[in-house]
Amino acid sequence: MVSANDSRQKLIVIGNGMAGARTVEEILARGGGEQFAITVFSEEPYGNYNRILLSNVLCGAQDPSQIFLNPPEWYEEQGITLRLGVRADVIARPHKAIHCDDGNWYSYDKLIIATGSRPTIPPIAALRKPTGELRPGIFVFRTLDDCRRIAEYAANCRHAAVIGGGLLGLEAARGLLTQKVEVSVIHLLDHLMEQQLDPVAGALLKRTIEAMGIKVYLKKLTKAVLGDNRVTGLAFEDGSSLECDMVVIATGITPNAEIGSRWGLTTERGIVVDDQLRTSDPDIYAVGECAQHRGRVYGLVAPLWEQAKVLADHITGSNPAAAYQGSKLATKLKVMGVELVSMGAITPDGEHEDVVQFLEARRGIYKKLIIRDGRLAGGILMGDIGKGAYLMQAYDRGIRLPDERLSLLFETGAPSVQVTFEEMPDSVQICNCNGVNKGAIVASVAAGHRSLRAVMENTRAGTGCGSCKGLVDELVRWACQGEIVDDPALHYYVPGIPLTKPELTKKIRELGLKSVSAVFDALADGRDDAQSKPGLASLLRTIWGADYVDERDARFVNDRVHANIQNDGTFSVVPRIYGGVTSPAELRRIADVAERYHARMVKITGGQRIDLLGIRKADLPAAWRDLGMPSGHAYTKAFRTCKTCVGTDFCRYGLGDSTKLGIAIEKRFQGIEAPHKMKLAVSGCPRNCAEATVKDLGAVAVENGWQVYIGGAAGSVVRAGDLLATVKTHQEVITLMGRFMQYYRENARYAERTYRFVERIGIERLKAILVEDCDGQITRLDQEIESAVAAYRDPWTEGCQAYESTQFAEPVTVNEEAAGSSV
Amino acid sequence: MLCVDLPMKETTQVLVGSLDQIGLGQGRCFVIGTRKVAVFRLRNGEVCALDACCPHRAGPLAEGIIGGGIVICPLHGYKFSLADGRGLDNDLAVSSYQAEVHEGMIFLRLSRAD
Repeated sequence: MVSANDSRQKLIVIGNGMAGARTVEEILARGGGEQFAITVFSEEPYGNYNRILLSNVLCGAQDPSQIFLNPPEWYEEQGITLRLGVRADVIARPHKAIHCDDGNWYSYDKLIIATGSRPTIPPIAALRKPTGELRPGIFVFRTLDDCRRIAEYAANCRHAAVIGGGLLGLEAARGLLTQKVEVSVIHLLDHLMEQQLDPVAGALLKRTIEAMGIKVYLKKLTKAVLGDNRVTGLAFEDGSSLECDMVVIATGITPNAEIGSRWGLTTERGIVVDDQLRTSDPDIYAVGECAQHRGRVYGLVAPLWEQAKVLADHITGSNPAAAYQGSKLATKLKVMGVELVSMGAITPDGEHEDVVQFLEARRGIYKKLIIRDGRLAGGILMGDIGKGAYLMQAYDRGIRLPDERLSLLFETGAPSVQVTFEEMPDSVQICNCNGVNKGAIVASVAAGHRSLRAVMENTRAGTGCGSCKGLVDELVRWACQGEIVDDPALHYYVPGIPLTKPELTKKIRELGLKSVSAVFDALADGRDDAQSKPGLASLLRTIWGADYVDERDARFVNDRVHANIQNDGTFSVVPRIYGGVTSPAELRRIADVAERYHARMVKITGGQRIDLLGIRKADLPAAWRDLGMPSGHAYTKAFRTCKTCVGTDFCRYGLGDSTKLGIAIEKRFQGIEAPHKMKLAVSGCPRNCAEATVKDLGAVAVENGWQVYIGGAAGSVVRAGDLLATVKTHQEVITLMGRFMQYYRENARYAERTYRFVERIGIERLKAILVEDCDGQITRLDQEIESAVAAYRDPWTEGCQAYESTQFAEPVTVNEEAAGSSV
Repeated sequence: MLCVDLPMKETTQVLVGSLDQIGLGQGRCFVIGTRKVAVFRLRNGEVCALDACCPHRAGPLAEGIIGGGIVICPLHGYKFSLADGRGLDNDLAVSSYQAEVHEGMIFLRLSRAD
């Protein structure tokens, strides 16, 4: 309450609709109650209410008392003076005071105009009484009073017409339907809800609501109301007419901006405001439907909430930098029981936009997305809005969309965001490897980590198997709220050298850099970087082959000792068993080695081999020698194994000799290094017992040939491979596989599995390059992989001659007595 | 002026052996009594020493890749500063030791108490 010795500034708010009320709440939330003595003027004799829910009142789903936002007592509790049923009519800006229809003057230090809007009444003959009021039986649909009057009047009517087929008109029609009257909707344009829907969606919606018993008349301009005393119908410009005994007008809104224009504030359609919601008078703000920002007047609730926040930030000084940038409109509606999402652009502007769409008219399902530069520019979902939450978020925050467009429209098998991040509790685990939850990632962003990489480094999220990286990326973007830092390092081949893979490859060739340390010296001012070393080693080996200068410190421990490190520091030994086919003699040797070197477990692997686990590092060379078998490369980024089924040798279904082909593939490509591991399989018939369609490369025998699949996966990500080609012979399978491997070796990012790579490049493009030879690379690719095959050397020969004396070194025990000296 | 001799923690200088026991740019674990220390031989000629066990899941830090002043644990990729053992992408830490090379021999300074 304002008292004489109140030192607070006087803040007057004109209008207590959703905008005015929300702004007051936001100001209070920023401690504005200490700064300002607030008085709110409300023309309506009620407290504020949620107008979105008005149609629920009309159709009886909600009681009027349930839609009030703040009851009058709330204002009292907050120390706000609320003047109900009082209308402001003068703003005396030089005196900083307003005059109201209660006859009083009220002075202000700051004034907020939130007068909202009123229904637009089109020029229709015989609409009004001579006094200017609407005739009995003619209504607008705007306020709680309108609602009540419509319902009362409808009780004695048979047929109601709604003029306007926009959102509000359809809401009114829904309400009227429950009043047991026949309902017709009259719309000027050629489809319903043209603000939110394109013609296809509009037509679908028309069918749906007609099935509910509502008649829809399109392209009808209403000329006159018929009937002398009571309304008897409407006459249209095309000469037709419609019988009805009541009319509801819902043809849009007109901002209540007159109070601005009349008292000298710059006003166009609405009162013009800047990014701080200030009018042309710096002590006067305008917010909501009466305000015009950057040429736009908003009639939906979300923009008004955003405006209220900025206004409160600014007026209280709690964030002087706050600026309203305009709103992106994304709305989720339920029109006549039809669920609907509409956002941004609903038709493409130009050729640079992709349109992704699906239509199933019979079931009323329509989905259309407009994609610009890999981000959502807008779209419509109707009938099935399962992906709506994710898409609205992607639109609002400008999140980069996955290349797999199908998953944008439907829930496919691939992992997808099921709930919005807003809805997601902080405790939801995002990274299942490192146990990092949503809250930790959001906190990391709040602490200033503004890129995917920074958050990954800080929280470890996404640093395990990597399958959640996309989700972490989206969450970081969401949490950054547009303040994401573009991280150029994302495009680098390795983090320590600011070059992409093609740039780095070019430099390495130009400067003849043959070792990892030479690369650091030449391209990073001599600063080495632990994380970059293995990626560089892999690239250099692919570029230089036998001329590569091998510095073992650049390798991960597995690649130094050609075995896979286990959780206790011992290693696993997996000898190569071509195509999964072994012999009694080999099995005996394996058994002997397992006993001799105290393998703690002997395990059949998923790749049809035998794993000896728990071997000490120092025993590795001897174990390899005793095995007399080549390395199975079960520890490195390279060709791993080629699984096979029995095939024509024994199987009664076999169409192709899968074991023979599998062994040939494995003998040829064993140990070929690549950006990541490559697991293969060959199946002898479409029953696909070797699961070749979920391998990096796979072949499946069909009658008269082989299908070659690439980009399959069945690990942290499950993906069915894409069919690259169907060929006739074993040799053709081998050639095609080698060609893909070389292309992958040259073009994939370090640690990019084939399933990501194939998705990134696209199967059609890969077919064009590798099968149709669209850019003339085939011959070269075939030659390159041939020389890589020729350069292959079994790393386990280092079991006979170690690469360096420390290669298999175990810890050194220091004799303290002998070595120590007190200082 | 009052001078107070603060009791220095008693330290021991330990000769752990010749530098060529460690591969260039690599690490090696040395067992000294009950203590395991990972000693790293940097490409620039310096040596660094940290506790050999990663505090996360006891990974052998001596087997980790080094560079840019850090070591990456080979088991789960936790990163630690070679200078002071501080966790870089984690809140853990390992002890660090002063290490020096004299005439191809590596010396560590260890406190006696532990």
